[in-house]
Amino acid sequence: MDAIFDTFKLRAEAVSAEVHRFPHKKATLNFIVHYLQEAGVADSPQSYAVWADCPFLRGVNKDLLSERVPGLSFDVTRARAADSKVGISQLDWAMANTGSLIQDACPVDRRLVSTLPSIHIAIVETNRLLPDMPAVFSKIRPEQTNYISFITGPSRTADIERVLTIGVHGPEKLIIVFVDDMAGVN
Amino acid sequence: MRKEFRDSINTALHNPNLTGALGRFSEAYRISREKAYEGIDFEAVRTQIAERKGYAASHLDELAERFTLQAEARGAKVFRTDDPAKVREYILALAQQNGVKSVVKSKSMASEEIHLNPYLEKAGIEVRETDLGEWIVQLAKQTPSHMVMPAIHMTKEEVADVFSQEVEAGQMPDIPKLVKFARGKLRTKFLSAGMGITGANIAVAETGSLVIITNEGNARLVTTLPKIHVAIVGIEKLMSDFADVVPVLTALPRSATAQLLTSYVSIISGPVPNTDGTPKQLHIILMDNRRTEMSLDPKFKQALQCIRCASCLNVCPVFRLVGGHVFGKIYTGGIGTILTAWFDALKSSDEIQGLCIQCGNCIQFCPGKIDIPGLILELRRRLAVEKGQTVAQKAIFSVVNNRKLFHSMLRTASLAQKPLAKDGFIRHLPFFLSDMTEFRSLPAIAEVPFRDKFKQIAQPTQKEKAAFYSGCLIDFAYPEMGEAVVKILNKAGIEVIFPEGQTCCGAPARYSGAYEVAAQNASDNINALLEQEVKYVISACPTCTVALKHDFISNFESLGRMDSLHRARELAAKVVDFSTLVKKLVDEGRLTFKEGQQLGKVTYHDSCHLKRTLNVSQQPRQLLTKAGYEISEMYESDMCCGMGGSYSLKLPEISAPILERKLKNIKETGAPLVVMDCPGCVMQIRGGMDKDGAEIKVEHTAQRLAEELE
Repeated sequence: MDAIFDTFKLRAEAVSAEVHRFPHKKATLNFIVHYLQEAGVADSPQSYAVWADCPFLRGVNKDLLSERVPGLSFDVTRARAADSKVGISQLDWAMANTGSLIQDACPVDRRLVSTLPSIHIAIVETNRLLPDMPAVFSKIRPEQTNYISFITGPSRTADIERVLTIGVHGPEKLIIVFVDDMAGVN
Repeated sequence: MRKEFRDSINTALHNPNLTGALGRFSEAYRISREKAYEGIDFEAVRTQIAERKGYAASHLDELAERFTLQAEARGAKVFRTDDPAKVREYILALAQQNGVKSVVKSKSMASEEIHLNPYLEKAGIEVRETDLGEWIVQLAKQTPSHMVMPAIHMTKEEVADVFSQEVEAGQMPDIPKLVKFARGKLRTKFLSAGMGITGANIAVAETGSLVIITNEGNARLVTTLPKIHVAIVGIEKLMSDFADVVPVLTALPRSATAQLLTSYVSIISGPVPNTDGTPKQLHIILMDNRRTEMSLDPKFKQALQCIRCASCLNVCPVFRLVGGHVFGKIYTGGIGTILTAWFDALKSSDEIQGLCIQCGNCIQFCPGKIDIPGLILELRRRLAVEKGQTVAQKAIFSVVNNRKLFHSMLRTASLAQKPLAKDGFIRHLPFFLSDMTEFRSLPAIAEVPFRDKFKQIAQPTQKEKAAFYSGCLIDFAYPEMGEAVVKILNKAGIEVIFPEGQTCCGAPARYSGAYEVAAQNASDNINALLEQEVKYVISACPTCTVALKHDFISNFESLGRMDSLHRARELAAKVVDFSTLVKKLVDEGRLTFKEGQQLGKVTYHDSCHLKRTLNVSQQPRQLLTKAGYEISEMYESDMCCGMGGSYSLKLPEISAPILERKLKNIKETGAPLVVMDCPGCVMQIRGGMDKDGAEIKVEHTAQRLAEELE
C-alpha cells in the first residue's frame, strides 16, 4: 500500500494537488479543523465552509465541529456553497498512476462542494487506492449511478498564451487527505 | 487558388504571435507528449481505439438504438436527427417552453458545426461559452484557431483588450488576473443560466453514458447548476461498451495536451438531482449530419475513428505556420480538412486540402490510426473528378508523360536558362516565376540526362541484374546520383539496366488528384520495368519508390482496375530503395567500405516517404557510420523540408519557412555535411543552403557512399 500511495502522491503533486495521510480519523479531523482555521473560514459570506454528507462524518459530532470552526456548515445548499471558500467531501476511489480521485457524484451536494468553493478538501480511505484505470473501471458502476466524477488536481487552463494557470471555474486548491483507519469516533 | 485564400495564408504567416505561439507549442508538444506516454504502449492503445471506434463506425445505427434505449430507460430524452436545422429548432423550442433566458455552454464542436449560438441569440437567448478560450474567441467575434486551444493565436494583451472592450473596461494583460476576471464574470452566468449545453467525448451504448472531459471544470458547473442539460453528440462519439472508454481516456489527454488525465472527467448516465432537489431535464441529441453517409464510404469511414485530440495539428509542419483560421471553418488542420469536406461540403475543402504537404508526420501520432494524408489525397482526387482538369494541368501532364517531348522541352529550357545558371544553380527567374527561386536556388538542368549518360557507362555483364528507375530529378537534374548507384551496384557484382520505356512515376498527377493520368504512368512503367527479367528494381528517389511499391497498386484499386493489380504487385515485389538494398549488400559482404576511415561529422535528414511510408531510417545511418562518419543528429530530423514535389511551387510562401527551420536545424549540428536519400530534398535543401550562403555540403547518400566503398 505504501508503494502505491507513493505513486499516487507523486502523480497528484505533479498536477498541483496537496497530499496528506493520517493513521486515523482523529488526526484527520484535527488537520481539517486546523486547515479551515488557517484558511480563514469564518461566519460570513465568501468565507464559509461546506461539508457534504459522507461516511467519514458518521459518529462525528458535527455541532462540536461547527463550534470549533464558525462558518462551517453541513447543510449544503447552492447559495451556501457559492458563498463558501472551502468545500469538503469524501471520495470513493483513488487512482495511483494518474493521481486522480473518483466519486459517485450523483448527490448534488457532493458536486456543489467540489465545484463552487475555491478550495476542495477531498477525504479518501487509504485502502481505496487502486493502481490504474482498468482497476478503477472494474469498480465503478455507471448502471448504478448517474454521475461519476474523476478529479485530477485543481481546475486549470492554459488557454491564454499556453501559460498554465490554476483555478479557472473549479477549485484552485485540491487538498487530498488519506485516512488509513476509518474506524473509531472522534 | 483564390486571392482571398492566398491572402489569409499570408496574413497568418506574417502574424508573429500566431507563428511564434504555434511554433513553440509544436516543439514543446512532441517532448511533453512523449513524456506523458511513458510506460504506455501507444501502438497497443491506438490499435485498440482504432478497432473499437472502427467497430462503432460500422454499427452506428445499432449503437444509436442501444444508446437511446438505455438512456431513455434511465430517464433521459434522446432526440436523433440527421438534420442540423432540427437540432437548432429542438433546442430553441425546449428553451422557449421552459422560459430559458440564458444558456451556458461547455465546449461543443458539434454545436459550432451547426452554428447554434447565433441561432439562439437571434431568438433573444443569451449564450455564453464558458471554456476560457472559447469565451475569448466568442467575445472577439472570431472562430477557434485550434481544436483544443481555441485562442492560441491571441496574446494576453489582445485578450485584455477584448475583455476591456466587451466586458469591463480597464483589464490589464496579466494572465492570472485575466483568468480570475473570467472566473468571476462567468460564475454569475453559471448561477443564473436556465440551460446548460455540452458536447460529449464519448457516448456509451451499453450504459447510455456520456463521458465529458475538461480541465477548467466548466462542464461540471454546466451540468450541475442549470435545471436543463442538453448534450449535443455527433453519432461518431458512440462506442459500444463501457470498457471502450478506457483506451480513449488513456490516449485523449496524453495526445491532446500531454496530460496523464484532464482535471475532470464526468460520466453522466441519466438525470441527476438539481440543487433544489427536482430531477434535472436531460436531453441528448444524437446528431448525424452526414456521419452515417461517411460511415458507408469505404475510404472515409476511418475518419470516424477520430477522438478530436488535434495531435495532427500539433505535429503538422504547415499548421504550425498558418494556424487554424486559414481553414475557414470550425474544424481545422488535417482531420479538420476531412471533416469540413463532409460536414460542410466537399467543395469547402477545395482550397484547404492543398495545404497538406503529404509528409505523413501526423499518421504516426494519430490515436485513431487514421491515414489523414491519404484521405486528403482522396478528397483531391474526388475534387479533380468533380471539376475536371484545367487546361494547364492537362498540358503539363501530357508533356510530362511524353518523355521524348519532355526531354526536348527541358533541354531547350536548359539552353535558354544558361545565362541564368551559374555553377549548377538557377538563382533568379524573371517575372512570376521568381517566387520559385526567391528562397532557394533551383538546380540547372543537366546538359546530358542520365538516360543518355547511362549508355556511356561500361559495365561488365553479370548474371544478377537490377533495373534502375531514375525518376525525373535524377534523370534531368542530378544524373551523377544515377551514376553513383550504378557504380555501387557494379561493385557488388550487379549489372544495371535502364529500361528506356520508363516514364514519370505518376506522383505529380496523383498528388494533384489526377488518378487516371497516374494510372497511365503506372501501366507504362510496369510494362517497361518488367520487360526484362531482373532481381531488383532499384530507385534512389523515395517518392518514386513509394509510387512503384505502393501507389500503383492503390491507384488501380481506386479506379477499380483489378485486372492490372497482378502485374503491379509483381513489380512491387522487386522494388527496393537504395539504402535498403545497399545495406543488405554490405551485410552480405558483397560491398565493403575502405578500412579505418575517420570522415568526421555528418547529419542525416529523413525524407518523408522514406521514413514514414517505407519505414527506412536506420539503414542510411548505419551505412554512413560504417563508412567512417560520425552521425550528429539534427533536431526534428524527420520533419519535412518543405519540398513536397510541386507543393513548393504552388505554395512557396509556406515551403520557404519550413525550409528555413530545416536549414537552421542542420546548421546547429555543426556538421559540414548533410546527407539524405531523396533527390527532391537535395534540390530543396541544397538550393536553400546556396541562397543562405552556408558552407554546408548537401548530398544524396548514394553519392556519398560511392566515394567510400572499396
